[in-house]
Amino acid sequence: MSSQPLPQRLAETRDDFRALGVPDRLQLLLEFSNELPALPAHYAEHPDLLERVVECQSPVFIFVEVRDGAAHLYATAPAESPTTRGFASILVQGIDGLTPDEVLSIPDDYPQTLGLGEAVSPLRVRGMTGMLARVKRQLRAQLPG
Amino acid sequence: MPAEFDSAPKLAEYAHPERLVTTDWLAANLGRPGLVVVESDEDVLLYETGHIPGSVKVDWHTELNDPVVRDYLDGERFAALLGSKGIARDSTVVIYGDKNNWWAAYALWVFTLFGHEDVRLLDGGRDLWIAEGRELTTDATRPTPVEYPIVERSDSDIRAFKEDVLAHLGDPLIDVRSPEEYSGERTTAPAYPEEGALRAGHIPTAASVPWARAAAGDGTFKSRAELDAIYRGEVGLEDGDDIIAYCRIGERSSHTWFVLTHLLGFENVRNYDGSWTEWGSAVRVPIATGTERGEAPRRG
Repeated sequence: MSSQPLPQRLAETRDDFRALGVPDRLQLLLEFSNELPALPAHYAEHPDLLERVVECQSPVFIFVEVRDGAAHLYATAPAESPTTRGFASILVQGIDGLTPDEVLSIPDDYPQTLGLGEAVSPLRVRGMTGMLARVKRQLRAQLPG
Repeated sequence: MPAEFDSAPKLAEYAHPERLVTTDWLAANLGRPGLVVVESDEDVLLYETGHIPGSVKVDWHTELNDPVVRDYLDGERFAALLGSKGIARDSTVVIYGDKNNWWAAYALWVFTLFGHEDVRLLDGGRDLWIAEGRELTTDATRPTPVEYPIVERSDSDIRAFKEDVLAHLGDPLIDVRSPEEYSGERTTAPAYPEEGALRAGHIPTAASVPWARAAAGDGTFKSRAELDAIYRGEVGLEDGDDIIAYCRIGERSSHTWFVLTHLLGFENVRNYDGSWTEWGSAVRVPIATGTERGEAPRRG
């Protein structure tokens, strides 16, 4: 599971951010924030299935599920926390449909490669690093052996 | 020329009513020449989701801090920042934000380090403005840049450093963090990320008054009488006291600094912005744990 190329969608997201000037990176993050899908009904009715990401300043809950060999990430965060929603949305879109091995091979420092440090501050980017770590941990716990 | 002060009766009870405006006042004065409205939030994108028409954003993390040294920006960069936002030295600045004006108070404190004279908070902040159904816009504000003079920061009056706190032990200290941080059960606010302090607890003799106790349910400041009951009654602060407030990085204690200085009229209040992330990692500074204030160490 090492030295795999970065999954295509995540690579595109990274390139999109880096192609922009700093103020426009914020706008792109806002677009991601607005695109965070609502939870499917079975999770909306069972918030206990979702895990709180304590590395984030705002309340954000995530859950990763493997169906037919493909990972799907679900996340929810309040509208008053658009930065956190944006981070979650980048991962939800980038991870959806990947194999568990592909998800586990995403570099832990992927959030630091988006060029968001200047736009939102390195401290805030840590929240996204925490989300990614939790996604991987949940996945490992679900894999056999 | 400063905008007129808000004469709302609730504000008149405070020591310095000129430091607050109500949502009614702001709605009536939007667009007034010489008035600049500033939004300052914890979430760096919240302003972009909708802000008070004509307001500009100031982000505490990316704009008010020096990017390398743990310090605030210097006079030159402050002048460039404010000028770019259309703020002149004689502008009336009204700051509002999320979370009971937590970060708005922090921005106001930083503006005060540079001696910006007329800077006020919107009582109730962003949440009250929205709860009252007032107008928000996503239209970008394009301020006309103005000249802001280069004024060096003055840290001595309202900012305390670690050495100041060591020399201050025995005089009133207010710890505005959560009870769990005060007692030493944890080093960061509940539900907030770890930000690295090696030890947990509080500075000996500090009274525990979590910052949000100064806020009412709707995000406005509590009344003068309620605030007096907390800070004078419960804590025992008296006129003439030399007071230092601290939290984790100095943001929550800016809120308490605002309450003590502008609402209750204490004249010697400093904010120790190094706060627990410095004190809790410093070598051989005294620390108390548990819910008691603890004793000041004897001075040698």
